[in-house]
Amino acid sequence: MTFNGILQILLFSGIIILLTKPMGLYMAKVFQGEKTLLYPILRPLEVASYKLCGVDEAEEMHWVTYAVAMLLFSLTGLLITYVLLRFQGHLPLNPQHFGAKQMTPDLAFNTSVSFTTNTNWQSYTPESTVSYFSNMVSLAIHNWMSAATGMAVAIALVRGLVRKSAKSIGSFWVDTARATIYVLLPICFVYSLVLIWQGVPQNFAPYVQAHTLEGATQSIPQGAVASQESIKMLGTNGGGIFNANSAHPYENPTPLTNFLEMISIFLIPAGLTYTFGRMVGNTRQGWAIFGAMGILFLVGAFVCCHAEQAGNPMVAKLGVMTAAASGQPGGNMEGKETRFGITDSALFATITTDASCGAVNAMHDSFTPIGGLVPLANILSGEVIFGGVGAGLYGMLMFAVIAVFIAGLMVGRTPEYLGKKIEQYEVKMAMLATLILAASILGFTAIATNMHIHPKGYWNAPGDSWNNVNNNGAHGFSEIFYAFASATGNNGSAFAGLNANTPFYNLTIGMAALIGRFLMIIPLLAVAGSMAKKIPVPATSGTFPTDSGTFVLLLVGTVVIVGALTFFPALALGPIVEHFQMMQGKLF
Amino acid sequence: MLKQIKASILVTLLFTLSMGLLFPCVITLLGKALFPFQANGSLITKDGVVIGSKLIAQSFTSAKYFQPRASDAGSGYDPTSSGGTNLGPTSQKLIDGAHPLLPNGKPDTANAFSGIADLATAYRAENGLAADAPLPADAATYSASGLDPDISPMNAHLQAARVAKARGVPVSDVERLVNSHTRGRTFGVLGEPVVNVLELNLALDKMYPAKCLE
Repeated sequence: MTFNGILQILLFSGIIILLTKPMGLYMAKVFQGEKTLLYPILRPLEVASYKLCGVDEAEEMHWVTYAVAMLLFSLTGLLITYVLLRFQGHLPLNPQHFGAKQMTPDLAFNTSVSFTTNTNWQSYTPESTVSYFSNMVSLAIHNWMSAATGMAVAIALVRGLVRKSAKSIGSFWVDTARATIYVLLPICFVYSLVLIWQGVPQNFAPYVQAHTLEGATQSIPQGAVASQESIKMLGTNGGGIFNANSAHPYENPTPLTNFLEMISIFLIPAGLTYTFGRMVGNTRQGWAIFGAMGILFLVGAFVCCHAEQAGNPMVAKLGVMTAAASGQPGGNMEGKETRFGITDSALFATITTDASCGAVNAMHDSFTPIGGLVPLANILSGEVIFGGVGAGLYGMLMFAVIAVFIAGLMVGRTPEYLGKKIEQYEVKMAMLATLILAASILGFTAIATNMHIHPKGYWNAPGDSWNNVNNNGAHGFSEIFYAFASATGNNGSAFAGLNANTPFYNLTIGMAALIGRFLMIIPLLAVAGSMAKKIPVPATSGTFPTDSGTFVLLLVGTVVIVGALTFFPALALGPIVEHFQMMQGKLF
Repeated sequence: MLKQIKASILVTLLFTLSMGLLFPCVITLLGKALFPFQANGSLITKDGVVIGSKLIAQSFTSAKYFQPRASDAGSGYDPTSSGGTNLGPTSQKLIDGAHPLLPNGKPDTANAFSGIADLATAYRAENGLAADAPLPADAATYSASGLDPDISPMNAHLQAARVAKARGVPVSDVERLVNSHTRGRTFGVLGEPVVNVLELNLALDKMYPAKCLE
């Protein structure tokens, strides 16, 4: 690793630490209905939206009602997007005349599911498939809605932990409105303008026909890029306006935009740990969660940067420099942009897969085996290393429940978390969520590596499902494994060589995304409901303190062990064996 | 239940109108007013004709121009199909390329693919470098977007002699131009030093126009 590489990782971490408290405090006030600086300006918008939608601000919900509202909201958005995508040919802002021919039924299903679930997996090349309208309206609304949903669920779970013998855990509509109006909107407003200043386009002009200096023609797509880019990053959505995503110079033109995009991925998830601490009345509880996340992040960042800077020995043998020197970045520059070099690419890859963002500024498929193992392992951890907005916090709290349960088993005592007894029901629900995720990832991967399909047929034109990979050998397996990990973890990044735009992959990946989102949220809301009913027990000398360093290490251990034990065999077949093959100079 | 259904439909519609339509329109108006050049795609015009975008790489093959990084976007530098090779580190195709033959024994150029070995050989040949000359990491690899507008400063300096010869100007003049177009790290920390290829080539044409017509 270079000195600059270490400096950039530390700079990024330092800024996130500095922003966590103010951001978390602000969100705690917002979700508890307290006044903030922006309250006088934005409160009228909040009141007006309740009126327009017939929502009673004061009405609280039982956890079942909360879950039903969340599901209905997601379903409505999914259906609207499916219809709008299929009819894009009849809608405005479509200078390239894309229609239903590009947006086939299976692709529209996959895309609407993927955006609704905050996954933003893209089986298609946006600039040759979707209109400006589809990007800006049909897809980008989910960047707002799914982010707000994630935050709402996280806050509901925290309420469940805090409340005493209560029946309700808040109102889904109020939480969603507040997340959008007070948190997402003001940040995205400023952020979009900064992006435009740095070079991100924002217009509705048809594709520009440029006549290049050497006399060729080049068709350059435009669009409302900045307004979508901002929420794409802040809402940890990650769905690119262009195929190259944040590697595209129009989405991420400068090292400054790149840094802001990285910060904006972690901003809300990191802040929410403080929000949590504040809402439970002990900010050390929040910092403990933050600490566990931070340790896992730093390990990934350093391993990934190191592997990418070390590069590929087979490329080095061809006389291409892998050591960084003044005037060139060295390392594995295949599938990376010059302005980002090695550090910004590897750091971005770690951040985007820690949080369930899934935007990419370099092609993960072309990373070295260990460099690519880090993003994959991050996703397999359950997207809890800061994680998606809201999703990271509720995922990590699920692990906290398991961690205190394990600690309880060790000393033979009923486990407690935040003064409430963790009993059979909560542990069952937390384990259910964990097992469902693993079953989806490994089950679908097993199917897709073994499915005989008739070639040139409807389901998968290339024939057998493993024919869709872009790389032979272990790397091909990694492409399929990554796809289902990414979909189930609602990440959306890819080893993008996999040709996933066939009915077989569109349907299976769509199903994995639905399972990963809703079969995780529902058990967690059940935990919230059950915890809210409980009466706190006073802490005694036998209580395991969950704001201590020991707890942080136990939590890290739980995440690593659950992930490692479940997925090690699959990782061994993919990136781990590929690493040894690369070191031996084997090509496939 | 009915109440929640009604709310979910209304809230979704409100999101569609406010965040789907109103928000991007407001940002467009403000963006175009404050930063018109950037909001319109950083397009560069010459004699009233758009010749490209400052941010988007275009193909340069002639010896008198600096050349951008290899591109796998469409058939090369195609902004309607941005992206990288997505070939992994143990891919034979990535390292050695693919050079299929047609049934008549001639090379099938339409399906040919230059691997890193091919790119390195071609780069050394074009720039008159020794067969074992070390190359900067960006000179023989494909970019992520296929539209990477920049090359590393070392890559530019290695091309300077070729460009100077093709234009019949002293190498030191071209070197000086490369230096003045090199952008360092942002705030001295972020990103990597780069040279924007299109801007550098435009500056070349501007400073040495007569030679350019040859």
